[in-house]
Amino acid sequence: MTDEALFEFLHMEIVSHVYKEQQASKGEMDNKDRAACVSVLEGMGFRVGQGLIERLTRDSPSFKDELDIMKFICKDYWTKVFRRVAAILFISPPQGTYVLQDNKFSLLTQLSGGKQYLDQAPKYLAFSCGMVRGALSNLGLDSVVTAEVSVMPSCKFQVVIQKL
Amino acid sequence: MSRQSNRTTDSKKMNSELFTLTYGALVTQLCKDYENDEEVNKQLDKMGYNIGVRLIEDFLARSSIGRCQDFRETADVIAKVAFKMYLGVTPSVTNWSPAGDEFSLILENNPLVDFVELPDNHNTLIYSNLLCGVLRGALEMVKSTLF
Repeated sequence: MTDEALFEFLHMEIVSHVYKEQQASKGEMDNKDRAACVSVLEGMGFRVGQGLIERLTRDSPSFKDELDIMKFICKDYWTKVFRRVAAILFISPPQGTYVLQDNKFSLLTQLSGGKQYLDQAPKYLAFSCGMVRGALSNLGLDSVVTAEVSVMPSCKFQVVIQKL
Repeated sequence: MSRQSNRTTDSKKMNSELFTLTYGALVTQLCKDYENDEEVNKQLDKMGYNIGVRLIEDFLARSSIGRCQDFRETADVIAKVAFKMYLGVTPSVTNWSPAGDEFSLILENNPLVDFVELPDNHNTLIYSNLLCGVLRGALEMVKSTLF
């Protein structure tokens, strides 16, 4: 029964550690290094998401289709992980594209609103993108998840399901 | 009625699992980045320290604990209030040194190690070293220097 604040603190520390490590070994950070940091964070999130979804769906019946899965992610998964409900903004089932929006993303509320930290925000979203991708992967869907922030603390996650 | 309570306990458990899984992912990543366990232990301690210096403010804001009169009181507050608030477990305070400046906290069930198995080649890894760093950071902020 751990406190929510603990996860937020741990997450902030993980993000800062990954970036410090990269900076220490390279000196100047270029785009490739930044991308490497993001993929490390995303990989960690992936593993966590896989584990979480297993625990969460242990006793639920199987899902009817993709849309059902996405609705589950928005409502139940988001509620359990971020204690809120995300809205599905845009659905395009033929291309398998979904956009989820969270207006008050809990991992961004600690950063000040306004333009100042807009370019730092993606660092804090990488882990959560990984979590969503991991959850979908264990539910049988291969996907690519990206996130963008235009106005803090609201953010949009774009999920593209890869058709085999 | 029972449905609702099911959901709240579920969400609390979920937080705990989320934290445990994230911590596990962190330790795995650190083990991959650094070859020897000593380095990993040091990193965990450093990260814990950084978390601790922020956590103490959160703790003081949410609990209405005043100043502790002595070290024994500090130990009690850590075990009964802080650990309960953040990890939902109450460790026991034992093993006081004769001078009264050293004690041990024994955690019966540590939420950090749920679902974790350490492979044999990591014998010197102190898995929960983050907790040590957190305690060190938090107490240093309230002006007790720790070793």
